[in-house]
Amino acid sequence: MRFDQYRAAIRFGCGLSPVIAPAVSASDMLSSLRGDDLLARRFPIPGFDIVLSAMVEMQAARKKSRRSNSEAEQRNFTEMRRARNRELRLESAGWFRNTLMRRISTQDGFRERLAFFWADHFTARGTGGVTGVGYMPYVEEAIRPHVSGRFADILKAVVTHPFMIDYLDQTRSAGPNSRIAKRNARFSGLNENLAREVLELHTLGVDGPYTQDDVRQLAELFTGLSISPEKGFMFRRRFAEPGAETVLGKRYGGDPARLSHVFNALEDLATHPATAKHIARKLAVHFVSDAPETALIEALEMRFKQTSGDLLAVYEVLLEHPDSWSSAQGNVKQPIDFIASSLRALAPTPDQLPTNPRAIYRDLVLPMSLMGQPWGAPLGPDGWPEADGAWITPQRMAARLQWGMAMPYQLRSFLPDPRRFARDALGPDLPKPVEFAAKAAETRSEAVGVVLCSPAFQRM
Amino acid sequence: MTKFQSISRRKFMSQSLALGCSLAASPLVTPVALASAPSENRLVVIILRGGMDGLDVVRPVGSAEFAELRPNMAGDGLDLDGFFALHPSLQDLMPLWERGELNFAHAVSTPYRDKRSHFDGQDILEAGTGVDALGRIRDGWLNRLLQSMPGMHAQAAYAVGRSDMLLLKGAAAVANWSPDAALNLSPQAHRLLELVMHEDPLFRDAMLEATELSLDEASSRNSAPVMDEDDMMQAMRANNRRQRNGASAENIARFAAGKLRDEARIAAFSLNGFDTHDRQAQALPNALDRLQSAILMLQSELGPIWGKTAILAMTEFGRTARYNGTGGTDHGTAGVMLMAGGALRGGRVLGDWPGLSEADLYQRRDLMPTRDVRAYAGWAMRDLFGTDANFIERILFPGVDLGTDPKLLL
Repeated sequence: MRFDQYRAAIRFGCGLSPVIAPAVSASDMLSSLRGDDLLARRFPIPGFDIVLSAMVEMQAARKKSRRSNSEAEQRNFTEMRRARNRELRLESAGWFRNTLMRRISTQDGFRERLAFFWADHFTARGTGGVTGVGYMPYVEEAIRPHVSGRFADILKAVVTHPFMIDYLDQTRSAGPNSRIAKRNARFSGLNENLAREVLELHTLGVDGPYTQDDVRQLAELFTGLSISPEKGFMFRRRFAEPGAETVLGKRYGGDPARLSHVFNALEDLATHPATAKHIARKLAVHFVSDAPETALIEALEMRFKQTSGDLLAVYEVLLEHPDSWSSAQGNVKQPIDFIASSLRALAPTPDQLPTNPRAIYRDLVLPMSLMGQPWGAPLGPDGWPEADGAWITPQRMAARLQWGMAMPYQLRSFLPDPRRFARDALGPDLPKPVEFAAKAAETRSEAVGVVLCSPAFQRM
Repeated sequence: MTKFQSISRRKFMSQSLALGCSLAASPLVTPVALASAPSENRLVVIILRGGMDGLDVVRPVGSAEFAELRPNMAGDGLDLDGFFALHPSLQDLMPLWERGELNFAHAVSTPYRDKRSHFDGQDILEAGTGVDALGRIRDGWLNRLLQSMPGMHAQAAYAVGRSDMLLLKGAAAVANWSPDAALNLSPQAHRLLELVMHEDPLFRDAMLEATELSLDEASSRNSAPVMDEDDMMQAMRANNRRQRNGASAENIARFAAGKLRDEARIAAFSLNGFDTHDRQAQALPNALDRLQSAILMLQSELGPIWGKTAILAMTEFGRTARYNGTGGTDHGTAGVMLMAGGALRGGRVLGDWPGLSEADLYQRRDLMPTRDVRAYAGWAMRDLFGTDANFIERILFPGVDLGTDPKLLL
């Protein structure tokens, strides 16, 4: 099997739309990806500064209330903090809406899917307070600009991003012999969390050739990576462990400690053969199948190695390899893919998609939680599960059915002709039972719901 | 995460379901009590995700090294047996301890070693296998237990909550539901959905189960059937409202207790938040509070059945013996397992204590494992359900050495 424009839009894009034609070739898709990020401009999501400036504001207010030592001031501060958090949460509903609008309106759907894939590969989440809304700004800033660059670029952007540093407890990790540890007992040593996940999840993979000693050494090398609300990312030399560290048999660093030492190690990890293998497998599993063909994984791995992780070159293999186009059952859509592709198929006008933050939460964000995907908040740093069976459990499935049957009518009370809708949403491969059900339903709303809930639409 | 094949659960129900036949009319989806379960005992397994710090939860305050390793903890625990003290956040469990309904097994671990990955660690814990099975895990140990129990019906075991549990996955039929889930569809929508799902067993079986279990729940809530678009929207929104507080540890435990009072014999769920890398003194109490609430809710809701119940709470690994640089602990090896329930011969901290001097630590960093956590789980299965020792050592927990009988039950 080779490139098929309908399958391409469903499997590698954001789904079919009655008003936007699918890309006609792999090179068409890649050239969109090479071009400007048009949708980010049209439906903006702020960078992480919005979170940092809220932190600065909050710290100043906290200081003020502490200094005043009066109960009224304390109450004012608590009130202000709550109000500011609420305001940010409501604002972030608009960012989520823009995430959906991008998927509904784009001709470059592969970019949206890749941004999600890498955001999941480099999972980070808020740790409380204003960081609770940090996920989308983090992705916008650290991931999205690099999705068609080199793997090493994303890795470096992520490992030095305040959101990741905060999430994996790097901020206060100090070398046991660092200047700060000698002066201040509060900074007494390492925190291994970021170093471990960089090796296990971000680069080599859990089966990769590293040991507990490598985790320790990388954690020592990482000392100094830190944040401040005013500056965002900071390299704090006082925290850095003196001397060189040996990771996977190679020495990095020395005195004085520099950020470039960390980058050197990240470059090597990013281009390590085990990383090539790990990333190749993850791409094939995410885009093609829970159990992808070995030939596909090997081709991806080979291209990754040959190009030292040039992602556009790797994607070219993904889009051109025959095993990517198998007509066998594709992956189950994750809730974000299901909701966004449903909306894309329904093609609402912009004013039909809820704009009120509370309505966005109620009708789009909460249902996704019930489907098992609380937006931006997976359970652990390994991100969302890929196995189809993890999403189609009775309790999660119930939420999909409930949304699919109820929401289209809510969104556009004048629904399209179901027979046409079925063809628009599923393309020429429309299965007979779905075609029949679209005709046999008692109401338009029921027919559209059944199409969206059919496995043919739920899979990619 | 390691992939495991998804196995169609309710095969026996769906195979004979004719194309397009009305669900409501099918005798196969009304809850049917098959042969009665072979035992009246109840088992609850709680997976504590993130790696619970055993040294903080059950503190060896009698050890001189402990005071050096964890200076802030040596003083303020609740005395258990003179040597060990309980984390103060679990103080509401002390009445259980005093009544002999609470045990701990210390310095236990799964066979997983050295790489200290949460995800592989949890897979090994839930699969009940040795490390050699990583990458080709097919099912969870609790499911293999069910397969060994003749006459168990589909609702004899419940996986509760929204998270996906390897522990109960496998060939034996298991019910999966969450107290915050619901499904209300018109009969016509049902028929059409069955039609479009018929050839995709994953979807077909999940919908059948969702329908059956939500019917049970709906009848206990007296909700009206859904007929039109507005009803459907209302049902979805009501569902959203329930979700806001639906998935708390207490609600999950209450739901599980309801099923155990009824036909279920086994329930499993998981609690998160034990990965305390940073400021553990603030982070761990929240996680322990959820564990305590779940246990106390089970106790109060189970009523007289509490006397036939054993709860096992297990985690993927313990944590470093020393603090790290940020007031937390990093991934370690041996930890503690908690057992509660009226069926227990409790009031004991079990295990061979390895000591905490530098040389006693595993790789000079973690509490040394002195017994396989699966040995305790194996003895518990033997006592609760009469499970054959040979089956335990070969199939349920391949390669486990059961060792001496800790005599867990009364």
